[in-house]
Amino acid sequence: MKVLMLGWEFPPRIAGGLAVACFGLVKGLVHQGVEVTFVMPLRTGEEPPNGYRLLGANEIDIPLTSVVELPPFWHQVTFYGVRTALGPYLEQLTEPVLSFSAVPEPVTFTTETPLRLEFSGKYGPDLLSEVYRYAYAVSHLTEKVDFDVIHAHDWLTYLGGLWLKAKTGKPLVVHVHATEYDRSGENPNPDIRTIEQMGFEGADAVIAVSFYTRALVAEKYGIPPEKIWAVHNAVLPKDRRPVERPPSRRKVVTFLGRVTFQKGPEYFVEAAAKLAPYVPEAHFVMAGTGDLLKTVIHRVAQLRLGARFSFTGFLPPAEVEKLFDLSDVYVMPSVSEPFGISALEALRAGVPVIISKQSGVAEVLPHALKVDFWDVDELADLIYGVLRYKGIRPFFVRHAQAELSQLQWERASAKVVEVYKTLLT
Amino acid sequence: MKHICLYFQVHQPFRLRIYRFFDIGVSHEYYHDLNNRALLHRIAKKCYLPMNALLKKLIEKWGPEYFSVSFAISGIALEQMQLYAPEVLESFQALYKTSGVELIGETYAHSLACLKSRTEFERQVQKHQAVLEELFSASPRVFRNTELVYYDAVAQWVAKLGFSAMMAEGADTLLGWRSPNYLYESAAAPLALLLRNYKLSDDIAFRFSNQAWEAWPLTAEKYTQWIADLPEEQKIVNLFMDYETFGEHQWPETGIFEFFENWVELTLREKVGLFVTPSYLLREHTPAAKLSVPMPLSWADTERDLTAWLGNELQEDAFETLYALEPLVENTQEPSLLRDWLRLQTSDHFYYMCTKFFSDGDVHKYFNPFSSPYEAYVTYMNVLADFKERLEAQTPVSLGGKSAGDVKE
Repeated sequence: MKVLMLGWEFPPRIAGGLAVACFGLVKGLVHQGVEVTFVMPLRTGEEPPNGYRLLGANEIDIPLTSVVELPPFWHQVTFYGVRTALGPYLEQLTEPVLSFSAVPEPVTFTTETPLRLEFSGKYGPDLLSEVYRYAYAVSHLTEKVDFDVIHAHDWLTYLGGLWLKAKTGKPLVVHVHATEYDRSGENPNPDIRTIEQMGFEGADAVIAVSFYTRALVAEKYGIPPEKIWAVHNAVLPKDRRPVERPPSRRKVVTFLGRVTFQKGPEYFVEAAAKLAPYVPEAHFVMAGTGDLLKTVIHRVAQLRLGARFSFTGFLPPAEVEKLFDLSDVYVMPSVSEPFGISALEALRAGVPVIISKQSGVAEVLPHALKVDFWDVDELADLIYGVLRYKGIRPFFVRHAQAELSQLQWERASAKVVEVYKTLLT
Repeated sequence: MKHICLYFQVHQPFRLRIYRFFDIGVSHEYYHDLNNRALLHRIAKKCYLPMNALLKKLIEKWGPEYFSVSFAISGIALEQMQLYAPEVLESFQALYKTSGVELIGETYAHSLACLKSRTEFERQVQKHQAVLEELFSASPRVFRNTELVYYDAVAQWVAKLGFSAMMAEGADTLLGWRSPNYLYESAAAPLALLLRNYKLSDDIAFRFSNQAWEAWPLTAEKYTQWIADLPEEQKIVNLFMDYETFGEHQWPETGIFEFFENWVELTLREKVGLFVTPSYLLREHTPAAKLSVPMPLSWADTERDLTAWLGNELQEDAFETLYALEPLVENTQEPSLLRDWLRLQTSDHFYYMCTKFFSDGDVHKYFNPFSSPYEAYVTYMNVLADFKERLEAQTPVSLGGKSAGDVKE
């Protein structure tokens, strides 16, 4: 079986869980004997090779044709010329909070298109046009890659997937790692939402990373639930020795993730404010960046908690692992979390995790500590319990490790292969 | 004629309110009064009052020599009746006056104190005897330990306290090829043993309304026949269950009350058996064998062990932290501290920290005020932290050991 997989991220370029999940899934599929060609916007050559084919959209040759024919679905796209912040996707806070100026008219690719298109591969202000360029580039893969199934990860690649399906008639699977409702709450960016809608409707099967996300896709986008499969993410095993912890009375409470609405960083700060006077040894680390970081830093200053907080900015994977080794508890107070793969990474490091009930990962971790993201008192109380009462840690680690060992990418990809099979027979 | 011994457990804990770390040292209100009151009222209405009325009717109709039952009512439950629903206590008192009821001794707090402290265990047994004497003028001869926890050492203590018999689970691990339908005797002490017939007990207590059960629906005729069909030489049928089975665990709509009444009537009319008290069994039967039980045995779950209360690190830590306070408690006479000491020992608090989600989770969720074992544990530990501070404030520095350094005078 041959799969053409479209994705926006692949290690070592990691912005969040998407790259980690794509990597794990591809490895798992290879393990299942599936031939995978993974197409990302920009291939740098630093990606780990391992039995699959990697391709950058920037490497795809575009023939010089005088007329570019847009596929029929393209005309369904109604682009609103709204100004909107693509908050979760902004890479660097150093840039001002970016507004998206009016999205262009339905994109016309002219004959002046160079032989190869350029991609930043980043979540910059040019994201939407990059998404269109990517779709156009991958639509030319029909002659170059042999495949049975198209598998597109998140809205960024759905147009490309739809275009390939329109040209070849091959079945399309779209994989939902997050929806616009997770990222933006009840005010989705209409362009992105439209692309998601087209992807879900045009796909032959939808894979959601949790039952939570499956229900959301069914409800918010009106997709028949029988078309949506829930396949939980997993975590790759690590046989790494944890770093030696310096002897310290300090207890580290960690938040890790994009500092955006979706991840609920404000609830972390409010819980910290409740705890700080009662647990003088507690220190709070916020690792990650995003459009709410400034707001959060202001709030921390206002609460006079600056001395108790560390803001690390974005951490590369190796640093994340060190942080987990130094953490006493990991808190993921997400407002809406399709999965939450970082909770598994914390667990893998033996760190007790407190996750919001509004997260997909809660479905696979019956023994995790769970809290409603808005219940700051309960969140603070659970953190207090982990730091002060000695029963939780050994209990949690014992059970969570058992649960973790069940979450293998081989199993997840076996389910994905099942999905492929239903489309190919 | 079989000797059917019905024993009902009546107990309701003082459930904790959500008590956060920032309440420590600030609030000493530990209990969810509103909830506890509402639950007791609900259970009284659905179970205690209607079932008491039914039992009274049957005793008065047939006379105690044909129909008697036995109860263990925890001291904590009696406290709640006095506090929230005196009419329920009066109803039990009236039922007791019919002479068709034997009251059984237990630990006042419905606790697992025996596992940590013989002194505390004995104190609670005696306190329970005192309250039965005060409220019912009753002095129990037969003892049942919390959740039917039984082992040799506790048998010795119970015998020394003057009891003639004790109840235990008729577990397969204990009996092997033997049947629970005989009177037995402890190998460790001069104490008779009444063993629960768990199959026939759970047919009523757990399976009665289970439509997936092959015997559903359970009719009085069917159940009477099962008992009649027991081998001739097996004379005793010990049916031990929570009293809340009637009307609460099994709703009135399931027909549980009608079933019970019809079954009793049928059993007596057809002369299949008599409904007798534990003391009656002691008089009429001689022990068939001596049983040795080195490790604690309970009536809970499929394992019949203590793992529902002390099966994980949360429970163990909470339990140890609690009993580490015993020396401090011995130094105080303060009534509110002694009251809380008892209420905090109730086994239900540990049950709520149980994490056997999958196998027996349904039973464990019953009346559980917490959404997770962690919440139950953290709340309980917060309460203990406050309780400890209050105890230490009572304790002279010289007695407090290491923690005495923290005492605020």
